[in-house]
Amino acid sequence: MQAFVNHLATENQYQSTHLLRILHAIQARYHYIPESAIEQLAPLLNITRTQIIGVIEFYSFFHLTARGRYELLISDSITDHLVGKQALTDYLSTKLHVAVGEVRADGLVSLDNTSCTGLCDQGPAGLVNGYALPHLDHARIDQISELINQEIPIELWPSELFQVDDHIVKPGLLLSHPLTPGDALQSMFNRGLTATLAELDASGLRGRGGAGFKTASKWHYCRDESESERYVICNADEGEPGTFKDRVLLNSYAQQVFEGMTVCAAIIGAQQGFLYLRGEYLFLYEKLQQILAERRQLGLLGNNILNSDIHFDIDICLGAGAYICGEESALIESLEGKMGIPRNRPPYPVTQGYLGKPTVVNNVETFLAAAAIAHLGGQWFATIGTEKSKGTKILSISGDCARPGIYEYAFGTSIETILSDCGAEELLGVQIGGPSGLFISEQELQRKLAFEDLATGGSFIIFNKHRNLLEIVNNFTRFFAHESCGFCTPCRVGTSLLKNQLAKIVEGHGSAGDVVALEELCALVKNYSHCGLGQTAANPIMSTLARFPELYQSRLKNISYEPGFDLDAALETARQLANRNDAAAHLTQVEQD
Amino acid sequence: MKTKIRIATTSLGGCFGCHMSLLDIDERLIPLAELIEFDRSPLTDIEHCTNCDIGLIEGGVCNSENVHVLREFRKNCKILVAVGACAITGGLPAMRNFIPLEECLAEAYIHDIGVENAQIPNDPELPLLLDKVRPLHEVVKVDYFLPGCPPSAEVFWTFLNDLIAGREPSLPYECVHYD
Amino acid sequence: MTKTIRIDGDTIPFEEGQTIIEAATAAGIYIPHLCHHPEFTPHGSCKLCTVNVNGRNCSACTFPAMEGQEILNNSQELQADRQKITQMLFVEGNHFCPSCEKTGNCQLQAVAYHLNMLDSHFPHFYAHREVDASHAEVLIDHNRCIFCTLCVRASHEHDGKEVFAISGRGINKHLIVNAESGLLKDTNLEATDLAAHICPTGAILIKRTAYQVPIGERSYDHQHIDQVSLALVHTDEN
Repeated sequence: MQAFVNHLATENQYQSTHLLRILHAIQARYHYIPESAIEQLAPLLNITRTQIIGVIEFYSFFHLTARGRYELLISDSITDHLVGKQALTDYLSTKLHVAVGEVRADGLVSLDNTSCTGLCDQGPAGLVNGYALPHLDHARIDQISELINQEIPIELWPSELFQVDDHIVKPGLLLSHPLTPGDALQSMFNRGLTATLAELDASGLRGRGGAGFKTASKWHYCRDESESERYVICNADEGEPGTFKDRVLLNSYAQQVFEGMTVCAAIIGAQQGFLYLRGEYLFLYEKLQQILAERRQLGLLGNNILNSDIHFDIDICLGAGAYICGEESALIESLEGKMGIPRNRPPYPVTQGYLGKPTVVNNVETFLAAAAIAHLGGQWFATIGTEKSKGTKILSISGDCARPGIYEYAFGTSIETILSDCGAEELLGVQIGGPSGLFISEQELQRKLAFEDLATGGSFIIFNKHRNLLEIVNNFTRFFAHESCGFCTPCRVGTSLLKNQLAKIVEGHGSAGDVVALEELCALVKNYSHCGLGQTAANPIMSTLARFPELYQSRLKNISYEPGFDLDAALETARQLANRNDAAAHLTQVEQD
Repeated sequence: MKTKIRIATTSLGGCFGCHMSLLDIDERLIPLAELIEFDRSPLTDIEHCTNCDIGLIEGGVCNSENVHVLREFRKNCKILVAVGACAITGGLPAMRNFIPLEECLAEAYIHDIGVENAQIPNDPELPLLLDKVRPLHEVVKVDYFLPGCPPSAEVFWTFLNDLIAGREPSLPYECVHYD
Repeated sequence: MTKTIRIDGDTIPFEEGQTIIEAATAAGIYIPHLCHHPEFTPHGSCKLCTVNVNGRNCSACTFPAMEGQEILNNSQELQADRQKITQMLFVEGNHFCPSCEKTGNCQLQAVAYHLNMLDSHFPHFYAHREVDASHAEVLIDHNRCIFCTLCVRASHEHDGKEVFAISGRGINKHLIVNAESGLLKDTNLEATDLAAHICPTGAILIKRTAYQVPIGERSYDHQHIDQVSLALVHTDEN
């Protein structure tokens, strides 16, 4: 192990910014990060052991204790639950004789849940040693169990188990016409850098991650900073449950995404870029590295790009299971080899980002669009969409519809049109923008896809009338409690309190005061949290409570108060110890007359 | 004659320190007695409370009997008051919440020095312990909280006077203490 | 011309580069806080110092003072919400004040007194947390840690050591120390380090110093934390 860790440190030039990469390698080999590796690594990277431990304990994919040699993770996204995730996990657990959250006694296999894997249109899905397993069903689980029990190396597993499909159902402005590599750069050089930024400005392109900041302004601010070093970061930490369009863009349009990053680098004056790829998309890593190598060969990356005086290259960094790293400043922290805790703002990344230098962070889709605009001009893009939302939006559609997959729509398209295209019937509502977005009911289908009406990073989850809305909200609320980074009090404590308070009501232990308490807690978490995670964590509850108050009311008991814990169960240990089961050894949950 | 305000008091998982502190209002008990009377309380021999205006409860909820008594108070008192640290947070008895109940009972009834006829008590007359000690507000709705270990005599005096006078009770800074 | 901001209607001056809390403190205005300490890099995590700046909530300890800011600090709504945030800290950890050596001198408790917090409001987590009594002179009681990182910052910025760090995620956050054994005794912490004295709660305590100040003479027995806090800063300056 000593030689291995030494080798890793050397290979990574003893840079602590590469900590996640090094830990990925150690975790892959030993199925945990041994204490001795931490001790050896700390002086090599010139950081404290506590920084390494902090990082390991922060990211879901690193462990201080051994997982199975085959580590199975099943996606806990609501979209996986809709297609039978729970029963399938139970089956898997029985089949492999390993409980969820446990490692089998022989150390061969471990099983656990994980947050959305971005395979929502082909679930139930999971990961084995980090590699995506779509389309899980009984037959595949039988097959996987067999492969594991026979200890077949993953490299030798049948490739169809790992076959992830694009499912591009409705291509539009961008997806229909992928650029030829180099086109955008050539057009940019012909037109000039400043003129190209002006085209981007004219296009009206706004950030596609969801927040919608004007892309040209961001690049402009970054370019105008007086620092000499600048960075470009592509945010491919697509963690919002129900979003998977970046996965498809990187699988089939990566050249254009990298080209958009290069356009940005040329305009702002950056020499180094990073693609921050979520850990769940490990299966894309090698392929993307090959595309980068190809671009270097073509003179589209590296020194003197297309014989200009522009030098730029891109590195790929793999996340490790932390939704919060989708927040741009948390992502930058993660790139620096730290826990993904959002920074205080100001300063914003455009002035002080990666290593304190001016940095542009944009979404995968933003770079894809920027490349197209650099080639085809701003007008081409701006004629599509609405006044405030130009161009198109790529949606990841999943849930209860006949044709889940990738759809590209002009901004301003009504929800009704989208639902009819994908074949949604007997509608209960749509979760737009993922758990952090908004739940809209079938009364609101005339609403439009647009920053000024329904903004979304791309997640579009459909629920039909047979679904239990409160279970959905429960799933989303648990997700936020699990993903809270824990930095600030309102989110760290508040998301867990929300989870428990909602569960109390959903499980039928609530009284009228409990809904009031829930609303009060929602407001507190929303108004006082440090970053977008906490500020939106109560959205699932607030948006459904506003639309379906009767649903919550129906779960309430007509009493003044009921405990939030099971009173009779709280006596169970004492009953067993005293070997009693008489009437006095039990308690009712609420007082009986 | 004006009807007196009826007050019930009890100690659940408490030490009666809060009751002692109530008595520390000393000579002011005399004018207070003109205005109030005690229903169920360690100060009387009344076994069950009925139609009370105020219920003062010290101590956390440790066992099944505590639950029954707490419910009786909630049902029969217009205003229920959690008195002292244990009633509000579980207090010192709640420090056993971090030790499995098996170990707590084994330590007390089986392994402790001088234990004879070592066994976990199982008489049906005895209340069973809850796995965790809970504050009152996690079991019933509580209207007011008087912090302190114990709340000082001033706290009781100020609070009861406010209530009796029909004012919303409010405690000055020096009356708010958790120790 | 002096630049100014307005806090609860009062116009106060500020210097370029000051945060809102720094400008407020200099002007004798107290903004409740726990993770903030004038000597260390602002952290912005406890959120007690949240003020409303031109309609938007901001942490006063990290947000820069800027011309034209109309700030609400002492509003009923903010004070009520600060009380709720304090209650969150109380139910998250295990704060048994009657058995804590820090009682009477504890900032968490004093902020709660200041906000007239009478109960913990939320259900308690009763999280299982350990005590590290391994060090000869300093004790860590994890039950009382509120993750303010003052010990982390004091050790790094003042003591020139790296004794403490915060690890974990979400509700599982915890304080760790820089020793292979994970024990305080194996770190290079000394009882004279500022990091051993900076804890606003009773999570880090110097052994054998408990209960030396009689009840009635402790920091917050008669004085609100606003007076104590402002007096401390102004004494340091003189």
